[in-house]
Order: sequence, then C-alpha cells, then structure tokens
Amino acid sequence: MADVQTLNMVAAGVDPASDRLSGPRGARPRRTLSRRNIFIYGTLILVAVYYLIPLYVMIVTSLKGMPEIRLGNIFAPPVEITFEPWVKAWATACTGLNCDGLSRGFWNSVQITVPSVIFSIGVASINGYALANWRFKGADTFFTILIVGAFIPYQVMIYPIVILLREIGLYGTLWGLVIVHSIFGMPILTLLFRNYFSSVPEELFKAARVDGAGFWRIYFVIMLPMALPIFVVAIIIQITGIWNDFLFGVIYTKPDTYPMTVQLNNIVNSVQGVKEYNVNMAATILTGLVPLIVYFVSGKLFVRGIAAGAVKG
Amino acid sequence: MDTPATSVSIRDLSLNFGTVAVLKGLDLDIQEGEFLVLLGPSGCGKSTLLNCIAGLMDVSDGQIFIKDRNVTWEEPKDRGIGMVFQSYALYPQMTVRGNLSFGLKTAGMAKDEIAKRVARTADVLQIEPLLDRKPSQLSGGQRQRVAIGRALVRDVDVFLFDEPLSNLDAKLRSELRVEIKRLHQKLANTMVYVTHDQIEAMTLADRIAVMRGGQIQQLDAPQTIYSRPVNRYVADFIGSPGMNFLSGAVEIKDGIPHFIAEGIDVSLSNYIFNGDAVAAGPAELGVRPEHIGVNSGEDWPYANTVAVEVVEPMGSDTLIWSKLGNQNISMRLPSERAPRVGDSVSIGFDPMRASLFDIATGARL
Repeated sequence: MADVQTLNMVAAGVDPASDRLSGPRGARPRRTLSRRNIFIYGTLILVAVYYLIPLYVMIVTSLKGMPEIRLGNIFAPPVEITFEPWVKAWATACTGLNCDGLSRGFWNSVQITVPSVIFSIGVASINGYALANWRFKGADTFFTILIVGAFIPYQVMIYPIVILLREIGLYGTLWGLVIVHSIFGMPILTLLFRNYFSSVPEELFKAARVDGAGFWRIYFVIMLPMALPIFVVAIIIQITGIWNDFLFGVIYTKPDTYPMTVQLNNIVNSVQGVKEYNVNMAATILTGLVPLIVYFVSGKLFVRGIAAGAVKG
Repeated sequence: MDTPATSVSIRDLSLNFGTVAVLKGLDLDIQEGEFLVLLGPSGCGKSTLLNCIAGLMDVSDGQIFIKDRNVTWEEPKDRGIGMVFQSYALYPQMTVRGNLSFGLKTAGMAKDEIAKRVARTADVLQIEPLLDRKPSQLSGGQRQRVAIGRALVRDVDVFLFDEPLSNLDAKLRSELRVEIKRLHQKLANTMVYVTHDQIEAMTLADRIAVMRGGQIQQLDAPQTIYSRPVNRYVADFIGSPGMNFLSGAVEIKDGIPHFIAEGIDVSLSNYIFNGDAVAAGPAELGVRPEHIGVNSGEDWPYANTVAVEVVEPMGSDTLIWSKLGNQNISMRLPSERAPRVGDSVSIGFDPMRASLFDIATGARL
C-alpha cells in the first residue's frame, strides 16, 4: 500500500520524502464541538431532562406549603422551604384508623424484604449450583418445570395461595408474604445462578472434587466467592422487586402488616378532606428511596454482574 | 490381579452418553512408575478415559483398579490420584499457598504438616516466590507449575495430566515438557498424560496408547509406534510431515512378493511381514518422507528417478514433493542439499523400513 502511495505522489510531482515527514502522524485530532458530538450530547441531555422533570416537580412540590401549591405554578421553586410535609408523611399521615404515617409501612416492608431476599437468594443459588455442576438425574426436567413457572401469570396463582396460607395459618402475616415472595422469585433467580455457575470452567469444579471437596465445601469455598457479582445482581433484583410489590402486599397482608407501597396508596387515595399534594409527593419519594439508594450504591456492580452472567447462557 | 507391579489397570471399560458409545470395552494396564501417554485426535475418548480413571465420570461397564484396589465406585479423592488440567483450574480467589493446601485442609491434615508439604512442593517446582500471589498475577507457565504442585502436594500414587501444555505458547510448552520429564524421573510416579500433540507424546512417553473412536489402536513404545505402526490410522497419525501412502497391490513373482503400482515395482524380499502367509491382493505401501534418500549416493534396494515439483523449506529440513508413477510422494532432506523445482533427482528407500497395509482393513501386513 505504501508503494502505491509513493507512486501516486511521484506522478503528481510531489517530493515523497518531505511529504511523508510533514504528513499525518500520531493520534488523529478530534474537535470537541463536532456535529456528531452536538447531536449525541444534545439528545442525551434532552432525554435526561424529560426523565428528570417529574422528579423535579415532586421534590419541589414536597417542599412547599399548601397555600403556595394552590397558586398553581408547579415548576416554580419553593419560595419558603418547609420540611413539614415530609415529617407528616413519615410520622402522622392517616391511613384508615392508624395515624402514624408511613413509618409503620416502612418497617413492615423491611421485615418483609430482608428475609425474602436472604431466603430466596440462598435457596436459588444452591439450586443453580446443583443444576449447573451436579448433573443429577432429572435435572433438565426439574429446570424446565422451574422455567415454565417463570412464565405463568401471578394472577392465576393468587387464590390458591390464599387458601394455602390460610390452611397453614400464615394468611395475613408478614411470614406468609415472605414465603410468597421467595417462591415467586425462585424461577428467575435459579436461572440467573445456573447460567452464572455454568460459565465457571468445569475443570475448576473437577479440580475441587479431586482435592476431596464435597457438595457444600465446593459451594461455600470455591463457588460462592466467585459468584459475588451475580449475588449483587440478584440482591438488587429482589430488593427492588419485593419493595415495589403492591399486588401481593395488598392481598396477603392485613392493615396492620401492610407494606409501604400499600400504605402509600392508602395515603394518596384517601378521599376525605383536602388533597395534600406536598404530603403525597413526600410520601412517594420516601417509598421510592430504598430502591433508588440500592441503585446508586451498587450500579457499577450491577452492570458488571449482568455482563458476567451474559457471557454464557 | 496378574502382576503386583501394575499401577493402574482398566478392565473392559465402557462408557455411553445416551446412545453414543464413547469408550468401547477398553483394556489397559499401566506399570508402576510408567509414563503412559494417551494420544489421539479430539473426540477419540482420551480425556474421557482420564476422567474415568480420576472418578470424575461414572463408567457404564467395566472396572478400574489403582494399586490393585478396585476403585470403580470410589470418589476421586479416595483413589490416590492427582490431576492437572488444561486450563490450570486454579482457585482464583485463593493464593498459590491456598491452592496448594486446599486439598490437604479438606482432608483435615494438621497445620504444620500442611506447611511442611507446601514448602517441599514449592521447593521441587521452584515456586517459593509465588506462594503469596493470586493465580491472576501469574503467567501461564507459572500457573501450570502451581497446578502440577497441587497434584504433587497430595503425595498421590498416580498423576493424571489432561492436555496440560495445550494452553501455552510453543516455547513455554517445550520448556515445561522437559520439566515434566525431569519431574517424572525424580519422583518415579505413575503418570498418565493425555495429549493430541505427537511431539509431546514421543518425547515424554515410556509407552504411547494411540486412541481412536473409544478404542486403543496401538499400545507400544514410541519408537515401535513410529517404525512399526499396526495399522494405516496409526501410521498416518504419527509422524510429521505425514507418511506417504502409495496404493497398489502385492503380487508374488518367482516366490518373492512385490509391491506393484503404475510405474512402481518394489521388491519386498527383506520386508518383515506380520504372520507367515503372504497373499497377493490390493495393498498400500507407507513410506516416511525422512526414510527416502534423495541424491544420497547410497545403494538402495529400491531406486528411481523423479522430477521435483514443489519445494517446502522448513528450516533445518526441506520437504520436496514429486510423483512416483502417478502418485504424490514427499521426501525430507537437509536444507543444504535441497534441489530446485524442476530438477531431476534420484531417490531410493529400503522396503524394510516401510509399512505395508491391507487396503480393506487398514491392518499392517
């Protein structure tokens, strides 16, 4: 190729040696304000603003007093910042007979989410490990059944589970809801872990067996430390899924044990009295805060874990 | 059991995956302290056989004895084996020390004994400076050395190697090859080594088992496999560049068998036949490129003159291609004596060093 270039330059009457020295060299220069950059960043900024405006409105509104809200300028920043709506939403807003705000729902949700996440991920990771590494008889059938479970609409199973929980005496309790969440998380989590453990080189597993490690020792000492990224993914999926759940919460618990989402709905949709927009906004942000924090804290790990699991499926 | 000196003994071993028979009624006896290489192309069942010996795969039929003990149903850890894998299979989250001591810890060995063994192993393999590093901080050659150490530290009777050098580059491979050979001479343990690389097989093995389709084709010393392959498959698989095969027929002239093809007539008077009766019939004559003399000035039992068609320099040697009768034939000679394309050269070979195969069965005649 260099020869062709030289020939062309000779034909054009250019001295090839000097042209070569002064020609392009090193990294290609790039303009910061190229048309391409303007288009890309312009689009990104536009979309970001579009997504962030509702959040802005919510935060701004939650910091205003009711008289200021009645003026109707929803985009205007608060003239007088007040945290009273936040306090009320957390501690004194009324839902039905209780007037202790969202705090009760928050603690209920914590009591539901923590055991559900631990239990479902614990069982699903062992499931996935057994399915991927210990190919027992009927493993494929078992896996197929589990995957089919992921595609059955939840609504179909609501009533049978109500009866089931009633019969074992857990209907309306937090533990009943924990069991329900753990069961419904099982198919997708098992799939997640199975795929991850399948991507771990088989020879590693064989080496551990030659070294004399059994089922549990390989799981805890070899596999578990390697599976940290996928555990983070599973934890995020479960925390946000269970925290945001409304359907199961409203069906399988009683007013005393309602999770935060159900309580939020009851606060926002209460019909008597004035609509307190600032309290509603504050309550909504409070409810969404937990998944939001989870995302912010673990975003990087989440992406890494998803990518790791996607290598081999 | 027949002889007490048998280290690993395999009796009528079969393994089926569903309807596919991977190993078919395989028998193999490995002597105490022997270095046995299982050689074959991918899919011939050599790694599967090794996994069966290790106990990582359940067999469908047959028995496996290690040190005269029937281990067919035993767990890998109870078989007295150590295994080295192609991908090293080091535990990524543990240090080299952790990797070496994992098996010993699992076995519940006392701490000071573990430390002693790890130190001894590290000394043998010269990996002391690496003991506190993680596998990700090691080069390929160092990783494989640690992997060998993990087998070594457990003080096992039998070492199993599953293509341990295939992930390394050519230079490291030859270095580690020598190191494994040294290790074997030093330890004198039984070693079973799986590879598809015939150079590794030839250089390392006391005996080579050439495998194909789940069966052992030939089990012999490397030199025997090279010079007297039992069938056309083994002859073709061993040797690089590959053996020349001339198809033709065996005819008996005046009581002396001759190999006849178009333009070729080789007297087989000094060829050592398998069995006594030599029958006339279609056959293939296999001649290795390095056994054909080119312009050598020697008096060959068979000689001819051919024109050079292609010249392939390979460094120290040069491979030249030509036609004998109407069949392609390659010859190997030192590069300094290499002819040029179009030259006419006199060639010759000794039928005693050639191999004659039945066309239908491929078996050595």
